Amino acid sequence: MQPAVVTFSDLTLSYGGHPAVHHLTGAVRRGSLTAVVGANGSGKSTLMKGIVGILPPMTGRCTVQRGLRMAYLPQQSEVDRSFPARVIDLVSLGLWPKRGLLGRHRQDDRDAVRQALSGVGLDGFESRPIDSLSGGQMQRTLFARVLVQNADLILLDEPFNAVDARTVADLVALLKRWQSEEGRTVLVVVHDLDLVREHFPEALLLARRPVAWGDARDVLDAGNLLKARQFHEAWDETAPWCEPAHGHAHQERAS
Amino acid sequence: MNWLFDVFIAPFLEFAFMQKALLGASMLSLSAGPVGVFLMLRRMSLTGDAMAHAILPGAAAGFLMFGLEIVPMTIGGLAAGVVVALAAGAVSRFTIQKEDASMAAFYLIALSVGVVMVSMRGSSIDLMHVLFGTVLALNTDALVLIGLVAATTMLTLAVFWRALVAECLDPLFLRSVSRLGSPVHFIFLGLVVLNLVAGFQALGTLLSVGLMVLPAVSARFWARRVETMALLAVAIGMASSISGLLLSYHLSLPSGPAMILSAGVAYAVSVVAGRRGLLITLRPRPSHRTA
Repeated sequence: MQPAVVTFSDLTLSYGGHPAVHHLTGAVRRGSLTAVVGANGSGKSTLMKGIVGILPPMTGRCTVQRGLRMAYLPQQSEVDRSFPARVIDLVSLGLWPKRGLLGRHRQDDRDAVRQALSGVGLDGFESRPIDSLSGGQMQRTLFARVLVQNADLILLDEPFNAVDARTVADLVALLKRWQSEEGRTVLVVVHDLDLVREHFPEALLLARRPVAWGDARDVLDAGNLLKARQFHEAWDETAPWCEPAHGHAHQERAS
Repeated sequence: MNWLFDVFIAPFLEFAFMQKALLGASMLSLSAGPVGVFLMLRRMSLTGDAMAHAILPGAAAGFLMFGLEIVPMTIGGLAAGVVVALAAGAVSRFTIQKEDASMAAFYLIALSVGVVMVSMRGSSIDLMHVLFGTVLALNTDALVLIGLVAATTMLTLAVFWRALVAECLDPLFLRSVSRLGSPVHFIFLGLVVLNLVAGFQALGTLLSVGLMVLPAVSARFWARRVETMALLAVAIGMASSISGLLLSYHLSLPSGPAMILSAGVAYAVSVVAGRRGLLITLRPRPSHRTA
C-alpha cells in the first residue's frame, strides 16, 4: 500500500463558525486518482483550499507530506484577462516552482511549455493575447500551466467547466496518464457522475460531512447519493454548537 | 536648417537650468514610466493620484520647520507617503473595504491640511511651488535625489519583475507557489511613493503623478506586452519632457504643466489613433479571413 501524501484527522473547515467541511478523517494515498463529488455547497472547493493551506482548519488537522510539490487549479481563477500577456506568458508562470523569481528560463523550460500547450490541444496559441481566448480555451491554458508545474500532488477544482466533450476526453486521458504512468496523486472536483464512474478509480462523496470514500462505483451507489442529497445547503444560524461529546458517526475511509 | 537648431537644440545648450531640467525630467520619465504601467494594470491610477496628494502634509511639515529645503521636505513627504501607502494597502488587502472611497477621503483631507500648513508660513509663490513644482529650478541636490530614486527603481524592477507580473496577472497563483505575494505588493507601493516624492520637486504635488500615469495609459493603446508597454511609456515620458520644456522656454508657459500637457496630447493621439484606439476599433471591416 502506498504511503499517504495528505492525511485528514477530524478536519473541520469553516467560514465564520459555519462548517463547510465537517469532521473529515482519512488519507489520500500516493499515486491515487480521486474524484471529489457532491452537491453545490457540499464543501468540495473548501476542502481543496484546506489542502493548499489557503484556509486554516477550524479544528482537526490536514497534514501534507513534507517537501511535496503541489499544483492547484482553483474553480474561479483570479486571472486578470485584460492583462497584456500572451498564452505562453501565462503558462510559463508554471515554471515558478522550478525557476523561482530570478532563475533564467532555459531551452528545456520553453520546450516543456510548448509540450504542455500541445498536451491540451492548444498548438499554435503561443502568441495569442489572453484576452482573445474563449472560456474553454482559457481553462485549457490553465490546465497547461498545471502540467508545467510538474507537481507530485495535483488539485483541480472543476477543471472541466466550459470545456467541450472532445477536450474533456483528452484531459481525462492526461489525468489518467499522470496517475498511472508518472505516479502523481490527483484530486479532481467533478460534477459529471458518469464521467467519475467511467474514469475515476476512487471517489469522495461530500455533503459537508463525508458520506462515503472509496471505490468510485461503490461510493456512487443509490443509497449514498440519497444520503448526500439530504443535507441542507443553507446555513442555520440557530444550529446547535457542535461538541466533540455529541459523537455523531464519523465516516472513516473505507479502504 | 538653422531654425531647427535654434528651436530644439539651442535652449538646452545655452542655459544650465534647461540642461538640469532636461536631465531631471528624463530620469523621472525613465523611472516613473514602468511604475506607471504597473499602476495602471493594477487599476490603481487614481490611487497614485491620491497618494501624490497625501505626500503634501509631510512635505509641508518639512517646509514649516526648515523652509524650502529639499532634504527635510523629501523626508517629510516620504514619511507621509509611506504611512498612507501602508494604510491603504493594508485596507485593500486585509478587509473587504474598497480602496477608492477611503483614498478619496484621505487625499482631500491631506491636500487641505498641506495647503493650510504651507500658507501659515509661506507666500502664495511658495504655495505655487509646492502645488506645481519648479522643474526649471532643479538644483544639484534635487538631481541627486531623482537619480538615486531612478537607480533604486530600476534595480527593484529588475529583481522583482517576474513577481510583479505574476501578482498582476494571477495573484491567487502566486500565493499558491510563493510567499512573495504580499511583500511584492508593498514593495511596489514603496516604489510608487519614492517616485512621487522624486517628482514632487519638479512637478509639485498636483502633477507629480503625471509623468507616471499619462505615458503609461498612452502606451496601453499601442503595446501588447508589458515589456514593450514599459519601454514605450519611458519614451513617451521623455518626449513629453523635452516638448514641455521647449514650449515653456519659447512661449513662457509654466514648465511642469507644459510637460504634463504634452503627455496629455500623446494620450489624446493614442486614444484616437493607437493600435487599439478608437479609429481602429470603430472602423467597420469589410473583409475577414477564413480562420
